[in-house]
Amino acid sequence: MNDSALLIDGVSKRYDKLAALDNVSLSVAPGERLALLGHNGAGKTTLIKLVLGLTRPDEGTIKILGKTPTSEEIRQVSAYLPESVAFHKSLTGREQLAMFARLKSQPARSARELLVRVGLEAAMDRRIGTYSKGMRQRLGLAQVLIGSPRIVVLDEPTSGLDPLSREFFYTMISELADSGAAVLLSSHALTELEARTDRIVILRQGKIVANGPLRELRAGAGLPIRLNVEANLETADEIARRYGGARANGRSVEIMCEAGDKVRRLSEVAAFVPAVEDIDVVLPSLEDVYRYYSRQVSDQGDRQ
Amino acid sequence: MISRIAAITATEMRIAIRNRWIVTASALMTGFGLILAFAGSAPSGMLGVDRLTVTVTSLSTLSVYLVPLIALLLSFDAFAGETDRGTLPLLVTYPVERWEILIGKFGAQLVVLALALIIGFGVTAAAVWATDGVSAESLAHLVRLVWTAILLGAGFLAVGNFVSVSVRQPGTAASLAVAVWVIAVVMFDVVLLGAVVADDGGMFTKDIFPWLLVGSPTDAFRLFNVAAIESSVMADGFASTTETFAIPMLAPLVSLVLWPSTILALTALALRRLEP
Repeated sequence: MNDSALLIDGVSKRYDKLAALDNVSLSVAPGERLALLGHNGAGKTTLIKLVLGLTRPDEGTIKILGKTPTSEEIRQVSAYLPESVAFHKSLTGREQLAMFARLKSQPARSARELLVRVGLEAAMDRRIGTYSKGMRQRLGLAQVLIGSPRIVVLDEPTSGLDPLSREFFYTMISELADSGAAVLLSSHALTELEARTDRIVILRQGKIVANGPLRELRAGAGLPIRLNVEANLETADEIARRYGGARANGRSVEIMCEAGDKVRRLSEVAAFVPAVEDIDVVLPSLEDVYRYYSRQVSDQGDRQ
Repeated sequence: MISRIAAITATEMRIAIRNRWIVTASALMTGFGLILAFAGSAPSGMLGVDRLTVTVTSLSTLSVYLVPLIALLLSFDAFAGETDRGTLPLLVTYPVERWEILIGKFGAQLVVLALALIIGFGVTAAAVWATDGVSAESLAHLVRLVWTAILLGAGFLAVGNFVSVSVRQPGTAASLAVAVWVIAVVMFDVVLLGAVVADDGGMFTKDIFPWLLVGSPTDAFRLFNVAAIESSVMADGFASTTETFAIPMLAPLVSLVLWPSTILALTALALRRLEP
């Protein structure tokens, strides 16, 4: 585990009597993109603050590249994008970014190149007060790119952005990861995380309730896979009867099956060709998985 | 260290220029300076006190009210504004020490204030010189006024930053700053005056009152300037203020230096403890 970019070991943090984090352990490898999910108050913000050294854990340790998060060496190679950050509206994008560059011992000139990279070339000498929400987020992203960060923390980076900007954000995040940075991002937007993160951690009431690639979480949850079978009027009834499906409309049938049963069930249904015209395989979405893991814990909580 | 402080200071200076702080503050000081120099009572011509010396005395009274106000206005938003915009947590994750951020911001505020004082009082002196002429002695009074006013302002800049670190909303910081001004600049003197009147020349007036005066930055500032002017014309029969109170001439100056340095140190401590 010594090659982890970020290592969180048995960390607890309480505010007054409320446990914000309860014995959380987690590691992120260089180049890995990890998504942090959880309801409001699940402990995401606390975890992010701890990783950034903005607050200290009551118990446990946090190491970034083997060092404490507050050390100057680590702050030199860590980058952070706070949720809905608003820079000073009297400054231009270039001036604001130049200041951040200088704080990281980079030449103020590098601001221009970074702003071009995030698509703010045309607006860089305009005041930030005239920027749209999307442009402000891009400026925030530009300061993340300063230097060569080894660890990147993004708090709800795409909230309130249009689909194109979101796509752009994830492209930049992947580039950062490809260059070897460990990326920790929190998000509410579950569907957009599916293909863009390597691992997902779900927090619930200060505890990690799931930790793994989406594929593993799906398998662990054992949620059924849905087959949408498009048949014709005569065969639809028979398929529905034989495989315990339900008629969705006149011609199509929905069949639920276990993940392990998927291939067998598909070949069975495919035997009806040409009566079967099309089959859609619908995997449980991240939302389904998320709901499963979140509920699991609250059920246990109810039983206690 | 220096380059990081300079980066913060440069950014803050830019904001001050954009927000017309330098222009506004300088215009304010110049306007009041000229009014006091020419629209106020003309020098009586007695005892060789020239117009600039009289003006400096008036300006020192004006500065007692105006300089703390401008200083608090320049500084109350420094950290509360960053908290409000969500940039403070970001800034402190950068490889810059928190006290460096404080010094960077304070430095910019001090430059703005000093510029306003130098421009404002400088223009006033130039105008007096053009009309009446000035003596080397009265120029020395003016120079003393400027640098002590900068020290007085530094004290209230430090207080403004302390207030700004202590609260999370710029609005709260603004009302606290106004409260500080009313209490430290207006109420303190009124209460002291009341106490002296009630005491009627007793122990309070003789032994405690002078030190309370010296302890307040505004009174220390006024005392230092007026005493210096008076001692220079004492040969003509005036009694020195410091002589009356039996406190060393250096005491008000020490007070003027201690205020900004102490409050600034406290602010740095508060900032270190802050969890943004």
